[in-house]
Amino acid sequence: MNTLTNLTIDKALDGLKNKEFTSVELTQAHIDMMEKHNNLYAYITETPEIALKQAKASDEKRGTGNEIGILEGIPLAIKDLFCTYDVQTTASSRILEGFKPKYESTVTTNLFNNGAVMLGKTNMDEFAMGSSTTTSYYGNTINPWRRKDDLNQDLVPGGSSGGSASAVSAQLCMGATGTDTGGSIRQPASFCGISGIKPTYGRCSRWGVIAFASSLDQPGCFARSVKDNALILQAMAGHDPKDSTSANKPVPNFAAAIDGNIKGKTIGVPKEYRVDGMPEEILKLWEQGIEWLHDAGAKTVEVSLPHTHYALATYYIIAPAECSSNLARYDGVRYGPRADESDLLDMYEITRAQGFGDEVKRRIMIGTYVLSSGYYDAYYIKAQKVRRLILQDFLKAFETCDALITPTAPSAAFAIGENENDPIKMYLNDVFTVPASLAGLPGMSLPAGVDPQGLPLGLQVIGRPWDEETVFKVAGVIENLANFTARPQILL
Amino acid sequence: MAQMIKGKTGEWEIVVGMEIHAQVIANSKLFSGASTAFGASPNSQVSMVDAAMPGMLPVLNKKCVEQAIRTGLGLNAQINKHSVFARKNYFYPDLPQGYQISQFEHPIIGTGTIEIDLPDGSSKNIGITRLHLEQDAGKSIHDQHPSKSYVDLNRSGCALMEIVSEPDIRGAEEATAYISKIRMILRYLETCDGNMDEGSMRADVNVSMRKPGDELGTRAEIKNVNSVKAVQQAIEYESRRQIDLLENGGTVDQETRLWDPDKMETRSMRSKEEAHDYRYFPDPDLLPLDVSQDWIDEIKKTLPELPDEKKHRFIKELGLSTYDASILISDRQRADYYEEVTEGRDSKMAANWIINELLGILNKNGKTIIDSPISTKQLGGLIDLIANETISGKIAKEVFVEMFISGKNAAVIVEEKGLKQVTDTGAIESLIDKVIAENPDNVAAYKAGKDKLFGFFVGQVMKKSQGKANPAAVNKLLKEKLS
Repeated sequence: MNTLTNLTIDKALDGLKNKEFTSVELTQAHIDMMEKHNNLYAYITETPEIALKQAKASDEKRGTGNEIGILEGIPLAIKDLFCTYDVQTTASSRILEGFKPKYESTVTTNLFNNGAVMLGKTNMDEFAMGSSTTTSYYGNTINPWRRKDDLNQDLVPGGSSGGSASAVSAQLCMGATGTDTGGSIRQPASFCGISGIKPTYGRCSRWGVIAFASSLDQPGCFARSVKDNALILQAMAGHDPKDSTSANKPVPNFAAAIDGNIKGKTIGVPKEYRVDGMPEEILKLWEQGIEWLHDAGAKTVEVSLPHTHYALATYYIIAPAECSSNLARYDGVRYGPRADESDLLDMYEITRAQGFGDEVKRRIMIGTYVLSSGYYDAYYIKAQKVRRLILQDFLKAFETCDALITPTAPSAAFAIGENENDPIKMYLNDVFTVPASLAGLPGMSLPAGVDPQGLPLGLQVIGRPWDEETVFKVAGVIENLANFTARPQILL
Repeated sequence: MAQMIKGKTGEWEIVVGMEIHAQVIANSKLFSGASTAFGASPNSQVSMVDAAMPGMLPVLNKKCVEQAIRTGLGLNAQINKHSVFARKNYFYPDLPQGYQISQFEHPIIGTGTIEIDLPDGSSKNIGITRLHLEQDAGKSIHDQHPSKSYVDLNRSGCALMEIVSEPDIRGAEEATAYISKIRMILRYLETCDGNMDEGSMRADVNVSMRKPGDELGTRAEIKNVNSVKAVQQAIEYESRRQIDLLENGGTVDQETRLWDPDKMETRSMRSKEEAHDYRYFPDPDLLPLDVSQDWIDEIKKTLPELPDEKKHRFIKELGLSTYDASILISDRQRADYYEEVTEGRDSKMAANWIINELLGILNKNGKTIIDSPISTKQLGGLIDLIANETISGKIAKEVFVEMFISGKNAAVIVEEKGLKQVTDTGAIESLIDKVIAENPDNVAAYKAGKDKLFGFFVGQVMKKSQGKANPAAVNKLLKEKLS
């Protein structure tokens, strides 16, 4: 096992500080791993030259004794939804094939300013629409984990940020950015046995992040420990005047919140999340999680989120509505491939027909429908009202508790091809993550156990708006007690 | 005063409502930092936001909001403290986002009223329905390449105010008065330059016909009406077209029509089947716009005196006619010019000199009051010479033309040319004696009762004085001598 890629960010920062190794060495170790496991297709674009250049600059900076960043010299992967200067940025879509932005997203700018090194751009569901990373034009990403009984069966890493999750899990990077619209960080984190956080909507800037559903999209991150996530989020977050929905709030020291002390805290257990047909092992894990919280001196209470049942339907109106408009700019006029047609309408239709995959088209059509005159009130307005009720459910619950604990996903990773022909079943993957997205709340998934096939399962901690600190605190305690040491087979 | 049109079946009333798009005066665009200056080379003023690059987000330009509020106050309109930006979705190459950010259900400005001035000197109130802020589109250019079209995005994202009127306008005359008044108000407020030939103000005109007293008829919306003259022509054409249709058993389609200034006609732009469903919804990239009463009050304090207030003051306090006042207030510089000239002088005399002489000669020379070669002080000096009887009104006109050409002060010209009025009764009497001596027949005829000849004698005396004799003195002395 490669010892450098096995480190957490926290440990690697110590090693860099103590001159046990350099960022160039650390980065090279990850580049080697990327090469070794390139059959996971975690990356769409690998950027080893950029990474080594950044690593070298970081080593030099460290040498000068000047002030260094939170992630100084740490190699990360960047979801291909973040625009990166002069580096191809595709959102996994054919319609952006070859697109090289002349600007850098605020989040990646913040990361680089904090010393992070970029290994490459990770695969994802096209325009972040999916729960499996199987809708990418550039191929499927494979989960490094396999079922004990069927080691040949490729499993999905979850999605949409599946490339990032797979890369972190397989040690092809130390951490990665993701974006979460309805569960796109938390569900793949759960499927790949790592932790990942979606902060409060507005915590991280969306500027330079290719939009899927603007009122829900929120950048976040993945890592192999709760503390590592705190470090990455710290480096990413902050107010950005270029994003009107970014909050002008100070960013607290997230890592400092992970103090292991949740005595006297009350954690809510939403009863509506106990859905019919939930696998036994997930129920058991949830109960185990509640027990750990008790062991750590916290109280748990049952809370009710009565509108949970409507969350998925609400989400699948609002997100497609926004996406149908957000994706109108991909028209072949200014960038991306353009169909060679002399008639304008033909050009639009063929460019978009060829440029978008089935899932994206499906959502554009749903969105166009729900915004159409005559349907707008019945669907979009209604959904906005329900969204408000869902937020109120949470705020009411938080009157009696400090955070919530739930399972992250209703199942472990499934095989590539499963659920493919049943969009509704695919959408059910997000049943536990979507409500917090609609309410804009911070949510974190962390690995807490395995299913009978040895596949990782995650628990989710949901916090009050702007209270990522409690989320990290509670997740840190569970992480400690769960002592999740299982690793994907390819690392053994 | 409604304009009626006579058709085969009797009188028809033309009902007009207007949507005016006015480009906001601001250094940068509504949601980006790109410049808004007119006339730059194509695509040189385009930010990543304006070009709708992936991941770009709009950030509202506060200056544009201030300008909208200013305009709202100038239109005597309701300022909505809470408004919402919405997306209007449609595809077109000069609309990079695939949607226009506009305001739909919740505009920043609600109902208001303005007063329009009609040629007969009367006034009329026209209701304003709303004013909202929205992005302009880019420009498609179709004549540069045999098979391709080009797109210039310089204008893309510039802030527009769409000012919607109630269907209170009756006919072309009121419509031109309305658009002129809106332009005047915007210019007073400095919220839009009103230059229609540069496209910074454009109008869509809704026209319908009805028999007096009937319900509103079906309207057609005419686009591309880009001058005050075009507003008049388009309404005249369209009202005739609709009457012909209606009187021959047809119906008017609710449709969008294009004004063709070359062919002088309107024609259908798109049929009902292609009618857009714009799928408006609140823009999730922007927070609702909330403005404070304090800010509105602050803006209110900086408003200039508006044209109508000024007009009423000129009429009431300075005793001007409605017609004169309307002409003088029609632009702010003209009104300022007038106020400077009339300060301490006869207000009607000052108005006459500006309206009848100065504006005429400026117009003839293709100039406006800002570049008048005669300053307010100089024109005042000329008026003073008339008032203190140094020169006659007639001589003053001569002096005025000379001032316009040379830029010299009136007193200097009068001095140089020896134009000082002759008021010395002795000198005038001797001129009269000469005229009487030279025209014995006319004197006899006059004395025999031909009163009309008096004018002839005045003319002769003035001629002999080279126009310099004081006319009142000539009249008086002549009467005495001939009696």
